[in-house]
Amino acid sequence: MASSPSKPELNEFRAEASAWFSENIPLQPDFMMPLTFMEVGTDEQFEFLVDWQRKVYEAGYLGAAWPEEYGGRGLHQAFQDVATDVMRRQSSPIMLNTIGLNWAGPLILDMGSEEERRRYIPGILSAEDIWCQGFSEPENGSDLGNAQTKAVREGDEWVINGTKTWTTHGSYAKYMILLARSIPDTARKYAGLSFFLAPMRIPGVETQPIQKLTGEYGFTETYFTDARIPADSLMGEEGQGWAVAMRTLEYERSARGGQAGGLSIVAPDHGEVVELARRAQRGGRAAIEDPILRDKLVEFMIEAQGIALTNRRASIGPLVQDRPMSIPLSGKLMATEFTRRINEFAITLLGQAGAYAVGEPEAVDGGISQRAYLNAFSATIGGGTSQIQANIVAEHVLGLPKH
Amino acid sequence: MSERHGPLGLGEEQADLLEAASKYCEDKSSVETVRNLIDGQKGHDPATFSEMAELGWLGIALPEIYGGAGLGLAEVVPVVEQMGRRLMAGPFLPTTLAAQLLLAAGTEEQKSAVLPQLAGGTPATLMLAEPNSDLDAPTPQANATRKEGQLSLTGTKCLVVDAHVAQWAIASLNLDGSPALVLLDRQALEACSPRREIVVDETRRSFRLDLDGVRVPETALLDPALTSAGLARIALAGALLSAAEMCGGGQSCIDYTISYLNTRKQFGRPIGSYQALKHTTVHAHVQLEQARSHLYAAAHTFEKGEEGEIAVRMAKAAAGPALAFAADRSIQFHGGYGFTYACDAQLYRRRAIWGESQFGDAVYQRRKLASLIL
Repeated sequence: MASSPSKPELNEFRAEASAWFSENIPLQPDFMMPLTFMEVGTDEQFEFLVDWQRKVYEAGYLGAAWPEEYGGRGLHQAFQDVATDVMRRQSSPIMLNTIGLNWAGPLILDMGSEEERRRYIPGILSAEDIWCQGFSEPENGSDLGNAQTKAVREGDEWVINGTKTWTTHGSYAKYMILLARSIPDTARKYAGLSFFLAPMRIPGVETQPIQKLTGEYGFTETYFTDARIPADSLMGEEGQGWAVAMRTLEYERSARGGQAGGLSIVAPDHGEVVELARRAQRGGRAAIEDPILRDKLVEFMIEAQGIALTNRRASIGPLVQDRPMSIPLSGKLMATEFTRRINEFAITLLGQAGAYAVGEPEAVDGGISQRAYLNAFSATIGGGTSQIQANIVAEHVLGLPKH
Repeated sequence: MSERHGPLGLGEEQADLLEAASKYCEDKSSVETVRNLIDGQKGHDPATFSEMAELGWLGIALPEIYGGAGLGLAEVVPVVEQMGRRLMAGPFLPTTLAAQLLLAAGTEEQKSAVLPQLAGGTPATLMLAEPNSDLDAPTPQANATRKEGQLSLTGTKCLVVDAHVAQWAIASLNLDGSPALVLLDRQALEACSPRREIVVDETRRSFRLDLDGVRVPETALLDPALTSAGLARIALAGALLSAAEMCGGGQSCIDYTISYLNTRKQFGRPIGSYQALKHTTVHAHVQLEQARSHLYAAAHTFEKGEEGEIAVRMAKAAAGPALAFAADRSIQFHGGYGFTYACDAQLYRRRAIWGESQFGDAVYQRRKLASLIL
C-alpha cells in the first residue's frame, strides 16, 4: 500500500490533472453522448469512448492506485480519487469499460491468481479488452442464485449452454464475468454455481441487441450454444461462484473499494436542475418563481447534499460506529432512486414542453431530461433492484429477519 | 480533518464527548426514568443536571475566562444528540442557548456575573416565542418602555422552557421600535407569573409568561449594538441543537421499532420479515442517515457565515421530517400496542412535533434556504 499523501502533494496532482483535462477533454461530438456506461448504443459512441478512455489511461488518470506490475501507477487511492473528481468537475465523457475497471478488475486483483491479473488487468485499463457481465438471465433476475446457464467440464474445456440477459456492451466485449451452474441438483441452489472469466469471441456465443424503453439500444441478450471455453477460465474453485459473484456485486455497488476509478456516470448535477428551473417557462413565468416548485427544488438540493455528505461520513469512524455497514450498503439505493426522482422532477419543471422527446426540435435541451429519467431505471433495476437493496439493508444493516 | 471530508468532520474533543455522552445518557435516562419524570412536577432530575455541569458540559462552548472549556457548539452537538437519543429531560438546552445569547450580546458586566453561573449549572432559559410568533418579524410584540431609570415591560411570552427552575432568562422585546434583549433574574421571572402550558412533548416543562407591569433596571439591557447579531446567531444555534436532539431521537426510535419487528410474530413469523414493514423501516433509516450527515456538517461549519447558515437550515429541515417519519411509522408498526400510552413510539412522535415547533420547522427552513441557494 502506497503511503498516505500530503495535502501539497494532492494539490499539485489536482493542478496537473485539472490542466490536462481542460486541455484534452474532446469537443462535444455531433451525436448525443451517453450519460452512463450502460447507455452506449451506437458504434460511433463506442469508438469515441474507447479512444477517450485510452487517452485518459495513458495520461495516468485511470487505475492510478492499481499496482504498477499490472499497468497501474501504484499510487495511493487518494490520487485516483482526485483524478475522478476532476473528471466530474470538468464534465469529462464517461469511462466506457466500467465493468472491467470497477467490477471485474478489482475482483481479479482481489481474488484472482497472479496469472489472471497479468493476463486481464492491462487490457481493462487501456480499453483494449472490453468486459461485460453475465449474471442475469431471462428467468432469473433478482433471484440470481437460481441461475440456470450450464457449464459442463469436458477435457480441457467447459461447455456453456444457456441465455444471459441485460449484457451491457455485450456486442463489443472480449470477456464476460460469467455465473453458471456447473454442479446440477445441489441441495442449496447457490452451491452449484461457478464463476468464469469467459472469452466472448468464440463459436457458440451470439448476442442480440435489446431495445430499451427509450427506444435505444445498449444491452444484449447473450446466447451460449455449446460454447467451449478453456478450463482455466474458471475463477476460484468450482462451486464457489456465488461467493465470487457476491464479491463482484460489492464492487459494483461501491460497497467495497479498490476500483480503477474514473467517471462512469454523469450524475445529475442539481445545479443544472436549478438552471433549468430558471429557463423553463410555466404559465408565463420561470418555473423557479413558482412557490411549490421552488420548495420542491430546495428539497431535492437538501437531499443531494445529504447523499454527498453521507458518502463522506462513511470514512469517519466514530460517526458510523453504530451501524458501520449502513452507508456502504445503502449507497446504491439512495443514489439511484434520487437520480430517478430528480430527473422526473426535471420533466415536471418543463410543464407543457415536458411532452417533447429526443428528436423533436422544440424539446428543451434536446429532450435530455426525458431520456435521463427513462434511462434512470437501468440503475434502480440493474445490479440488484431497489427492492432487493432494501432487503439487503434491512437484513444486513438493521438486522431484520429474512422471510 | 482532511479536505476529502469536505464540510464534514469530527474533532478529537467531539469524538471524546460523543463517547462520554453516549454512555452517560444511556445510563442516566432509561425510558423508565423518562416516564417517571413525565409524571413528576419538576420534569427532570436536578442531581443529573448538576452532574452534567460538573462534567463541564454546560460550559463546553463558553470561553475559559467565564468558566467554560473554550470549545464551540460543534462540541455541544454530540452531547445534545445523545440526550435526544435517550429523551433526556432537563434544562440543558435552554441553559446552553441562554449562555450563547448572553455571550454573543451581553455586556461585559453581565457576562462576568452570569456566565460562570451558567457554566456551573445554574439553569437559565430564553423568552423569545410569542403567541403567533413571526420568526422574521423585525421586532417582537412584547414591549419595553424606559421609565425612571427602569424598563417597564408589557406583552406575553410563550413556550418558555423550564421557567420553573430558571434563575436567569433573556427576553426579546421591542424598545423604541428596535429589538432589544433583557436579562431577567429569578425575581423578575416570578413577577411574570409563569403558567405551565400543556405541551405535546410531555418530557418538557413549558410556560407562558405575562410581562405586563413587570419592571427591570435599565442595566438589565444587553448590548444594543450586538442584539441583532445575537438574535440571528441564536436562531441558528437553536435550530442546530434542535436538529441534534431530533437526530438522536430518530436513532433510538428506529432501534425501538426494529426490536419489535424482530420479536412480534403474526401468521407464524416475525412481522419484520414482511417487506411492507421492512422496506419502510429502511426508508426511515436512510432518511435519518442523511439527516445525521447534515447535522455533523452543520456542527462543523456553524461558524462559517452563510455556508454555516445553509448547513444548519438544511440540518433542521432534514432532522424534523426524519424523526417524524420514523416515529409515525413506529406507532403504526406496533399495531394495537402502538396505539397505547405504554408504547414508547408516541414519545418520539411527540418529540418530533415539539422539535418542529422550535426555531422554525422544515417548511420555514426551506423557504429561508430558497433565498440562500436558488
